[in-house]
Amino acid sequence: MTAPVAALRPLPTPAPMTLGPSLRADLQRVTAVAWKDLTAERRTKANFNAVVAMAGLILLFFGFALGPDAEGLRNAASGVLWLTILFSGVLAFNRSYQLELEAGALEQLLLYPGERWTIYVGKLLANLAFVFLVEVVTLPLTGVLYHVAFPERWATVLLVLVLGTTGFVSLGTLYAAMASRSRSREVLLPLLLFPMLVPVLIAASGATASLLVGDVMGDSRAWIRLLAAFDAIFLVASTWAFQFVIEG
Amino acid sequence: MSRLPQLSDALALNDIAHRYGRRWAVRGVSLNVARSEVLAIMGHNGSGKSTLLRVAATAIRATRGSGTVFGADLVRDAQIVRSMVALLSTEPGVYGDLTALENLRFAARMLGTSGDALELQRALDRVGLGREGHERARNMSSGMQRRLSIARLLLREPYLLLLDEPYNSLDPEGAGLVNTLIRETRARGGSVLLVAHDLSRSEGLADRTMEMRDGLLVESPSADGERDAAAASDTDDASDLANADVVEISAARRLRVERGGAR
Repeated sequence: MTAPVAALRPLPTPAPMTLGPSLRADLQRVTAVAWKDLTAERRTKANFNAVVAMAGLILLFFGFALGPDAEGLRNAASGVLWLTILFSGVLAFNRSYQLELEAGALEQLLLYPGERWTIYVGKLLANLAFVFLVEVVTLPLTGVLYHVAFPERWATVLLVLVLGTTGFVSLGTLYAAMASRSRSREVLLPLLLFPMLVPVLIAASGATASLLVGDVMGDSRAWIRLLAAFDAIFLVASTWAFQFVIEG
Repeated sequence: MSRLPQLSDALALNDIAHRYGRRWAVRGVSLNVARSEVLAIMGHNGSGKSTLLRVAATAIRATRGSGTVFGADLVRDAQIVRSMVALLSTEPGVYGDLTALENLRFAARMLGTSGDALELQRALDRVGLGREGHERARNMSSGMQRRLSIARLLLREPYLLLLDEPYNSLDPEGAGLVNTLIRETRARGGSVLLVAHDLSRSEGLADRTMEMRDGLLVESPSADGERDAAAASDTDDASDLANADVVEISAARRLRVERGGAR
């Protein structure tokens, strides 16, 4: 309490555009936000358990609805897989901002000096890690329940998963920020998000379906290009738009 | 009530108004806080004090009016303002699932510092949470969470300290901690804007006291306007302020430091 008091540091002035230290500080903020979100999730595991359970139930219920025909299940597998990822991922996005709303943490988060995009990218990375972990469980489950053999071109399937998930999560993280200030955010988020995800859903399930049957026509490449283009647009637009969305 | 904004002002607000929906919380407030000044604003619940503070902190954008912090515009230069201002708000703003140390480490990294473990532990020691470093914030009492948010303030050296009901949930020792923070900020040459409905625990630290009623500011003479002797000696330290050219003690015993070439 009686520590010596230093004089005030010099007033900050707008610095010239030196990317070095500024970029380092920005990256530090990105990792700090991602680390904070993942640590909080790791502590409780409540969200992960709920999302995985939800994903399992969706897969099971779709299976019941489609009937016991193995061929029919195999044909529907890619679409069902992506719908499962979409529905269960939405739960994760809401939780990501719920953390900030507890005890007024969002206001403090926004008062730290630094660019707003660092918060978005940090949350995006945490949400990506989360959804990838959910996929680690849902993928084998889909294979078993829908009679899908291990794909020959598994590396390309993984690429489609990465691209599809990135497009989905980049938009989800932005729209969750938008819905976070609303009282009916749980309902609002899917209403806002799902229509925007139609291109990602079509491209991702199209590419996955082609790859699961051996991609004899070679049309997965076109879908993958389309997915990559969507990702680039969504990532750039969401990173830019976040600063306007989060300030409300 | 207010005077013309000066280059040296730590905070200058001009005709600030803000509304939530159709209700005006602040209805045209102009005020100036000089360097090394402690200004206290009193008022009942709903008088608009916290909204005014949040506008000054750039947490919300005023519906009308403008303002500067050390010459930096609240809207245009919000990034610079945020690097100079620290806000202790009524809510602790801590993450319940993180421990006290993790909360501080996160804050340090967001502030662009290394978050050295020793420095973080020192901050916790100062607020009396030295032994609770590995305790999750969720398991702490509201008073302890408040102390944790004060520890977060200790990680930075703000030019302008904004305190919203800083004595809430705190025991006498905690209140003393807030007062020490105010003294230290002033001794460094920084300024403090404190809003509270009750200033009885502020130990007369305020140089000026004003009152807010229905979103408007009313100047009120108060015993709190007398700075205590200990604090007066602190102002000597401010003469070491970087780039300070002139130090002048006003008749109102308010220290104002004019910075050559500022803004």
